[in-house]
Amino acid sequence: MTWILDNLAAIGELTLVHLALSLPAVVIAFVVSIPVAWAANRVRILREPLLTGTGLLYAVPSLPLFILLPAVVGTSVRDPLNVVIALSIFGLALMVRSAAEALDAVTDDVRTSATAIGFSGMGRFFTVELPLAGPALLAGVRVVCVSSISLVSVSAVLGVSSLGSLFTDGFARGIIGSIVAGILMTVVLALICDLLLVLAGRMLMPWNTARPGRHRLRPRQSQSLRQRDSHSQSQRQGAAA
Amino acid sequence: MTNIVEALRWLLTAEAWAGSGGLWVRSLEHLGYTLIALGISAVLALPLGLLIGHTGRGRGVAVVATGAARALPTLGLLTLVALFTGIGLTAPMVALVILAAPSVLAGAYAGVESVNPATVDAARAQGMNGWQVLTRVEIPLGLPLILSGLRLAALQVIATATLAAYVGAGGLGRPLFLGLRTYDYPMMLGTSIVVILLAILADAAFGTGQRLLRRIPGLAGPQRAPGRGSSRAAREGSPRASRTASDASHPVTTAR
Repeated sequence: MTWILDNLAAIGELTLVHLALSLPAVVIAFVVSIPVAWAANRVRILREPLLTGTGLLYAVPSLPLFILLPAVVGTSVRDPLNVVIALSIFGLALMVRSAAEALDAVTDDVRTSATAIGFSGMGRFFTVELPLAGPALLAGVRVVCVSSISLVSVSAVLGVSSLGSLFTDGFARGIIGSIVAGILMTVVLALICDLLLVLAGRMLMPWNTARPGRHRLRPRQSQSLRQRDSHSQSQRQGAAA
Repeated sequence: MTNIVEALRWLLTAEAWAGSGGLWVRSLEHLGYTLIALGISAVLALPLGLLIGHTGRGRGVAVVATGAARALPTLGLLTLVALFTGIGLTAPMVALVILAAPSVLAGAYAGVESVNPATVDAARAQGMNGWQVLTRVEIPLGLPLILSGLRLAALQVIATATLAAYVGAGGLGRPLFLGLRTYDYPMMLGTSIVVILLAILADAAFGTGQRLLRRIPGLAGPQRAPGRGSSRAAREGSPRASRTASDASHPVTTAR
């Protein structure tokens, strides 16, 4: 414990470095995933390649990716930029699928109604579909945020400094306090960021009453919703004929 | 790019693969660690997850615990345990099990929960007891989600097992850290490529397994159900299962 109290300044500094590595990655993953998910839903031929492709990206282990990227991008192994790019790729891998499913879960009825009252394509997307998909998107971002903050520390074994440095230093020098401080700060940081996301979600989407944890069931739900929609659509078409 | 060419050239040499520290032995160790960690996690987390899904008790705790476990940095756990247990396999195993168990747990309870309550009621009305409902209705119908939990856990473990070498164990992390210490970039990169391929292969194997399982007739309903009635009820209930769940909890539905 005395080690932690003696090194508060250093821990604080590493926390900021940690945030500077993980937050940009979360933002990049979120911003890039929306158009990719939109394209995946809009162009049906692209859907499977895009979703499976990003899924495969997630299968790539983090440490090897940290090492592989420099060879592809031209950064050095100990370059923080390298870590940000790798984390963005992981975030994207998680986010594209949940964004595609979130946007896809907006029912055709809603889309048709919006078109009927005069929304154009882009206007409908930003003012109707995106807000309705918001709660599910938020659930996706929360997962990306927590896992990015936890993943950053792995880069410490390569010599990129972050809260993970507390683990490598602590292990090398046999200081338990250093490792415990690193674990605690990582978890606290993840929880604070998660809480901020939830609060931001409440402010931006006051209509959202979705309960946490429910989004796990979404893949099957959206599929069944799609089935139901196509079913009712064919009924409608049948009635019209 | 020249680095990648050199790494591939290193991968094509015989000495990279042969011997007790060669890539074959390291890959097998790596897979062995993965299987052991996955096995322990499954033994610990599967029954618990199924129980939570079946009874609905402890769900809140499980959701919070799996969320918090996701925030736990594996490298931190690994080094912390290693300081107590010393160099060896114990620390990596503890860290890998803590990493994998939440995914297995979440998959198990989500799988059981995804089964239509009406189907479960129907099974009970047929006279099934709690155990029979679980093993003959809830597990077969929830199998896709239970398996995807295991798949996610396997991927995470394969990815993270490289860190085992950081505290002195074997696996593909060995040549990776050796390359890092000796500034042998081709060795480091070549090993990374092997780990990536291993992860992608494991993912593909799980994917194929899941697809094959879906083809087995009767998996949509319990296969060895005692009466025809119960299996039919379960089978007919399955498409309805996801639909009712979606009506009740879909974010868009609740948004209205």
